Amino acid sequence: MLASLIIVFREVLEAGLIVGIVLAATQGVAGRGRWIALGIVGGIVGSCVVAAFADGISSLFADTGQELFNATVLLIAVVMLAWHNAWMAQHGRELARDMKAVGHAVRSGEKSLAALAIVIGVAVLREGSEIVLFLTGILASEEGGIATVAAGGLGGVALGGLVSVLLYAGLVQIPTRHLFATTTWLLTLLAAGMAATAVNFLAQGGMLNAGGTVLWDSSAILRDNSLIGQALHVLVGYTDRPTEAQLIAYVGVVAGILLLTRWAAGNSPSNRSRVASAAE
Amino acid sequence: MRRVSLLSAACAIAMSGAVFLNAAPVRADDAITIVIKDHKFEPAEVKVPANKRVTLLVDNQDATSEEFESGEMKVEKIVGGRKQIKVMVGPLKPGRYPFFGEFHEATAQGAVIAE
Repeated sequence: MLASLIIVFREVLEAGLIVGIVLAATQGVAGRGRWIALGIVGGIVGSCVVAAFADGISSLFADTGQELFNATVLLIAVVMLAWHNAWMAQHGRELARDMKAVGHAVRSGEKSLAALAIVIGVAVLREGSEIVLFLTGILASEEGGIATVAAGGLGGVALGGLVSVLLYAGLVQIPTRHLFATTTWLLTLLAAGMAATAVNFLAQGGMLNAGGTVLWDSSAILRDNSLIGQALHVLVGYTDRPTEAQLIAYVGVVAGILLLTRWAAGNSPSNRSRVASAAE
Repeated sequence: MRRVSLLSAACAIAMSGAVFLNAAPVRADDAITIVIKDHKFEPAEVKVPANKRVTLLVDNQDATSEEFESGEMKVEKIVGGRKQIKVMVGPLKPGRYPFFGEFHEATAQGAVIAE
């Protein structure tokens, strides 16, 4: 029973950390609870659908369906995170100023909330479908499987939820001025780590055959599948044996998002109005 | 308009990775088979050539799903009950690379020997 709780918790952990970051990143934005809940519920429903069709998905595209599915949903999340950060660079100042004057701010804020809801939905979907397959396996094979499933499932999800809350509570201790800069960096590194993971799925599926050489092995210091290693994997994209292709993807996404946000900040309406008022 | 360009720029970041992909996947014809039975791997140790891409075929003869996983070989893939999957690994330097079944970690343990 404890074993199943640990497995479920490990799967929930990743999604839980992402929810915590997103909660902090959307601190003060009206309507965020609804969008985040929508992402979680959508992800859970999606998990059951994906688990039900797991064999079908797996056999698609010459048996590389699983890898393509994982890589695709990860890259969707990368695009959403890039877009969110760019959007925040463009509208963040406006948003903070208009936060009290509900109406415009809420409506425009919802667009970036939708992007983050997709990121959460995708994270829950990937981990959730594995939980469903694992738990249905126990249900089918063990005596008294229901008790194990209930304890493992509920306990694991509760612990994952606790991680979200703790990370969120820790992040919001950061003064508001620095909070968004911090969460922007966290979301950027989250995206970079997701891109590196996506690259690994493409290599595993045989779609990417270059850059498979492992650059270094830091597993003696911190293993990927230790709890801290796993948490750092989500937070900053840590992996103990990165390949060349993974490093390229990681650095490429960080650089890409930085360029994109810089460019978006230059196009910011508030930036333009500041320039205009300075000219007066 | 700006919104559209923003989204397409975000997509461009993701798509730029596509240039590294091969148009046609290269697949090794001779896959190395590992059978899962009663939540154990058979054989528990397999030998593969070092320093080249290798395909592992995992044949799950149990009725329940398993997750074939190895941090050392950087693979993670669900194998449905009574299903088979293929994963590509490497190039591996000579050495021992453990793998396990995450859903039955107590019994499902094995290793690839690259030489």
